[in-house]
Formats: sequence, structure tokens, C-alpha cells
Amino acid sequence: MNENLQRRAPIYEALIRTKRDRVVSFDVPGHKQGRGNPDLTDFLGTQCLSVDLNSRKPLDNLIHPVSVIHKAEEIAAEAFGAADSFFMVNGTTGAVQAMIFSVCKSGEKIILPRNVHRSAINALILSGAEPVYVNPGVDKRLGIPLGMDPDDVARAIAENPDAKAILVNNPTYYGICSDIRKITGLAHDAGMYLLADEAHGTHFYFGDGLPESAMSAGADMAAVSMHKTGGSLTQSSILLTGANMNSGHVRKIINLTQTTSASYLLMSSLDLSRRNLALNGKGIFAKVVEMADYARAEIDKIGGYYCYSHDLANGRSIFEYDKTKLSIYTLDIGLAGKEVHDILRDRYDIQLELGDLANILAILSVGDRVFEIERLVSALSEIKRLHSRDRAGMIDHEYIEPIVDVKPKAAFYADKINMLLRDAAGMISAEFVMAYPPGIPILAPGERITGEIIEYIEYSREKGCILTGTEDMNVERINVVEV
Amino acid sequence: MELWYSEQHTPNVRFSVKVNRTLYTAHSGIQQIDVFDSREFGRFLTLDGLMMLTEKDEFIYHEMIVHVPMAVKQDAKTVLVIGAGDGGTVRELARYPGIERIDMVEIDREVVDVCREFLPGTASGLDDPRLNIFYEDGLRFVRDKVDMYDVILVDSTDPFGPGEGLFTREFYGNCHKALKADGVLVNQHESPYYDYYADSMRRAHIRIREFFPVCKVYQAHIPTYPSGHWLFGFASKVLDPVDSVDTAAWNLLGITTRYYNTDLHKGCFALPTYVYDVLDGGRDGQ
Repeated sequence: MNENLQRRAPIYEALIRTKRDRVVSFDVPGHKQGRGNPDLTDFLGTQCLSVDLNSRKPLDNLIHPVSVIHKAEEIAAEAFGAADSFFMVNGTTGAVQAMIFSVCKSGEKIILPRNVHRSAINALILSGAEPVYVNPGVDKRLGIPLGMDPDDVARAIAENPDAKAILVNNPTYYGICSDIRKITGLAHDAGMYLLADEAHGTHFYFGDGLPESAMSAGADMAAVSMHKTGGSLTQSSILLTGANMNSGHVRKIINLTQTTSASYLLMSSLDLSRRNLALNGKGIFAKVVEMADYARAEIDKIGGYYCYSHDLANGRSIFEYDKTKLSIYTLDIGLAGKEVHDILRDRYDIQLELGDLANILAILSVGDRVFEIERLVSALSEIKRLHSRDRAGMIDHEYIEPIVDVKPKAAFYADKINMLLRDAAGMISAEFVMAYPPGIPILAPGERITGEIIEYIEYSREKGCILTGTEDMNVERINVVEV
Repeated sequence: MELWYSEQHTPNVRFSVKVNRTLYTAHSGIQQIDVFDSREFGRFLTLDGLMMLTEKDEFIYHEMIVHVPMAVKQDAKTVLVIGAGDGGTVRELARYPGIERIDMVEIDREVVDVCREFLPGTASGLDDPRLNIFYEDGLRFVRDKVDMYDVILVDSTDPFGPGEGLFTREFYGNCHKALKADGVLVNQHESPYYDYYADSMRRAHIRIREFFPVCKVYQAHIPTYPSGHWLFGFASKVLDPVDSVDTAAWNLLGITTRYYNTDLHKGCFALPTYVYDVLDGGRDGQ
């Protein structure tokens, strides 16, 4: 990595020049450096509004980058060890969709783990590609979906030699990594592309002793949420491609759905975050791991909670664990993760990333300090002291194998009947049902509704999870495919 | 040339002290520490630019944070002090021969070192043989303490910056656990006058009241703190600060003070109506 190059931040520098030159704007945005919206300027700051500019020659254009954005993307590609990089302003959702659209046409197959983000399944609805789900398996005690076992991937490849690509979560929402290097090898041997959803993996590229990044494992494309653990603004993201990809083709695909008015606030935040991570990332993430390890040790002292980390690794479905994540199993104190999550938010003013039925997850990243860790640990100690109860009567949840009867696109666009969810056993869903957290589909379009699934949805509801996905905001009714 | 220290009490109000010279200035890694010398207040210590104590008026704060709870709990043997790196609180505690053990938890060792060097008047208390100093986060320290202390004094900075954790529900809950059945918790409670401080005060009060059946507030006049009107919170599982104080017994101890006396002990719990209103207004929520 060329350190002098990494010190540059071309988009940021161009914005500073534009500001310094006091260019008069007779273009959009209409707030004209904030003057037209004093309340917003007062709230967000003059500096912020003054660089909320439109694309123009000195600032380049994300649709067809030739100068400062092009340069910034080149430097980012170097920082991530990729052949090319693309700045994304429609979130990692946009990056995941661009990956799938780039390699799968309508009717073509893609192999992916069931615990993909909904953005990936949405991409299948839009493209008409067909999912081949690999069961990620589930940890019986923790009730969390795991990574993909390479043997299961090999079986899926053997059964579907015509599949175009394999998608890997690196890591999952819970921090679990598959053996991405091995799976990349399997994909390439079978002539398939390897795509990585690295929404939660930005730091793998910069820290030491963390799981392997997709680009270093030889993946063809990776969607990296810089805003999640890298410090850029929410909604900014980076799509990385390897040497096998045609960057012109990928750019064309991105432009199908991405805005033509890309925000310079988002792009400059990517530029500056990349610079910070490239120059200081090793130290930053060493500190993050140290804080997470400290928190695990302190929480272990409280007793009753189980903080899992790399000790889970089994070499297959859990190849590696991302130690920056602070995942805590709460059922032994008699509380669902979601309940602990809500008590922390409502009583202690502490917001976690997620609480599911059995676990809570705190994300530690570039902005954390030990003061907040102490608050979290003390609050957990208090919750155990004041709220713990007998575990009896609490049921654990299980991974439910989906039964895909109809392609997602066909089901999504089929004629539908609206009916009560509780009466829908045996029907084919035309909609998603998601429980947030953790935001992994319980049902996706084209899948058969079973009694077990209905029971699980009701249980999630009872435990306070937010259910979404159906037209019915209360998720009591569901659209099913008319037969 | 004139050199002035200014503290922004609100975005629209400043408090300034003319400075003769700067004695110390450095960032400890936790906070900015400065010691100045002035004609009006003698030497004074600021943390992150905020006034902590002056040689001239520190006696008010330290007497009031210590003697009010100690007069109620004259048989106290074990005392926990959180913060208080300047030593003033421990200096006052050290005047009670009945105390057997004082644990002081200060997050920033450099505050203690700087005060020993430049503020010997308060730091003198730090040499008491009954004192054990722990350099760590107060929130962390109390987490695993159960039924250990007769008195806990929270001599913290403001609830923004390193002291933030000491104004939280988790901290008060942990203190409740660390106190003995008839123990007393006193914390510095911010000021009722300016909105920003009043809000902190109200939130702290609500949270303490959740854990302690007895939860009262008392006041003192501290010239160098924002508005000059400062509050302390008194909390206990059983002891009422006014009804259960034995003033005669305290006076027999022969402790000489400049601000505190047993008449004031009763009077300081009588608050202005607007302060009662702010505290009561908290009853409905945050």
C-alpha cells in the first residue's frame, strides 16, 4: 500500500477547493449552500450545507467518473486490495443488488445461504434469478444461524452445476465467517463467481488478526458497508471487484438503479473514512478488539451471561468469529435477548445493534470508548440483579428450512389471495415475513407456509420483535399465491 | 497584558477570573487538567476547562459533601468516595476518628499527582493511613461490591465527559447494592438554576429516587460554580437526614468548620419553591 497515495482524499480536497473559490451556484441544490433553509443550516451546520453540492466538472460525476471521484475510487481499491472500487450512495443494499445483477440474469441460479440480507432476495425478485439456499445450520444453544459448511456448498454446486454465482456473508450479522477462501476455490473450479456480502466486514480489510476479507480470499465482488464499522455516513458504501470483473459492465449495472444526484456528503465521508482506516486502521481495530475482549471478561464476571467469541469456531460452519462483535447469550438469566435489548434502551439509555430471542449484539467500531463499555457492563449487571427470573417456560427458536416452491419473482408478481396468516398453512407466500431483529427472512416470496413457521412468527411477535414484510402492517394477514 | 480564565456557564453567560499565571497545563489522556493562580481565589483547578475547586471557596463544597452525611451516620466505619482526586473530601472525612477505612476511586491518576504538587491544602487528606486509592472507573469499581459501605460520597465532575457514568441508573443501582442496610449515599447534584444543569439535576434525582426510599436534596452556596447555587443529593434506605441526625453528639465531636454547622444541617434541606417544582416535575417522567 502506497502511504503517500492513501494520505490523499481527492473528493474531500475538491470540495475544499470549490468552497475556497467561492463559486456562485446557479445550479441545484436549491438551498444554495444552506442560505435557503436557515433552520436546516442551523441544525446541521454551515460547513455541512456548504458542501452539499451537485456534480460539476471540478467535482466529477459518480455516474461517469473521470477525475476526482475516479481517483478516490482508485485509491480506495488500493486500500482494500481490489482491482476496482465503486462508491455507492444507495447503501450496501445497492451494492448487493449490483453484485447480483452483474452476474445473474433472469432464470439463472445463484447459491446463497438462507441467512442472507433481504436486499439479496429483493435483488432476485427484480432480476428473476433463482435462489438455491444452503442451510447455514444453527447453533442449538444460541439459536443463531451460522456460516456455510464448504461440504454443503460443494453439494449445492454438484446439484446445480448451471448456477452462476455463490454469495457468502462475510461475516453474518452475528459475526460468523465461513471459510471464504475455500468456498471461493470451489466456486472458481466450477466456473462460478464468488460474491461477498461484507456489510459487517469493513474492518477485516484494515485490522490485524481479524477474519480474512473477501478480496484477499480471491472473491470476485464484495459489498462493503463503510458506514457500519468504518466511520462513514449512514447509507454510504463501497462495491469492490476483483480482476475477473469487467468494471465498465459493473458501472453500467450500478447506474440502472443508483441516483444521478449522488450526495457529496456521502462520497466525501467515504473518502475520509478510507483515508483514516488506511492510515490508522491497524491501531484502531486493535483497540476495538481489546475493548471487546475486556467487555467479555467483565461480563463473564457478572455470571449468567454467555459472551461467545472465537471459542465457537468449529472449522466448518463457524470457520472464524469476528472478535469486534460483542455477542451475548441471555436466556440463562431468564430473559430473551430482545427483552434485555429493550430494558437497556428504555431504562438505561443504551442502544444495542440487535436483540433476538436469545442474544444481544453490541457493535464496537472506530468510535467507541471504554466509558461506554463500563456503562453497558454495569447495566447488564443491574439487569441481572433486578430482572432475572427462572428460565422455565421459555422456548428456544430453531432455524427453519425454507421450502421454495415457486421462484421469488414469479411469486412476487403472481395473482394473490389475502388471508389470515394463522390459516395459511400449506399455502405459498407471495410476501416476505421478517422479524427485526435480526432481519433474516422467515418467509420469502415463493416459499411454502408451514405450521412451524406460523408458530415461530407468533412467538417472535409475543417476544416483542418487530415483524415486517407483508402489506398488512400488523403482519396478521398475508398474501399467498393463487393456485 | 491581562490573562483571564473564562468558563461558559451557558452559551450566553461567562464567568471569568483574572489569572496571575498558569501553574500546570496538560492533557492526561482522559481529560484536560489545568491549575492557575489568581489574586481573588488563590490557586484553582479546572478539568476540561470547567472549574473544580479554588483554594478560597473549596471548604464550602467539601464540608457540605462530607459533614451532612457524616452527622447522620456518625458511626460510619467504611466510606467509599468516588472521584475527589483533589483530596478535599478525604481531608474532611479524616477528621472522624471512628472511620476505619476510606476507599477512594479516582479515574485519573494525574489529577491526584497534580493536586499533590499544586494544591497541598486539599491534597493533604490523601496521606491518611486509612485511605486506599483505586485508580479506575467508579462505575466499574462498585459493580461487584455488595453490602460493604456505610457511606458513599460521589464527588464527581459534571455528567458530561468522564463523569457521565456516575449519573446513570446503573451506577445508582450498583451503589444501592454496595451500601449497607442503613447506609447513606450523597452525590453532587448540579445546579437548579440554568436549564442545562437543572435538567441533569432532575434526571439524577429521578434515578436515585427509584432505588432509595429516602431521597432528599440540600443546597450550598458555592461562589465559583455556575449560578453559585449548588445542590447535593442525600439518599438512604432508612435514615432521614433531618429527623435522624443527633446534633448534640456531632457537636461533641469538636470538629471545627467554617461553613457547616448543625443549624445549617437542618436549614439546608429547605429549598426554594422553584427548586421543589423542578424536582417534583420530574415525578412524571424524564
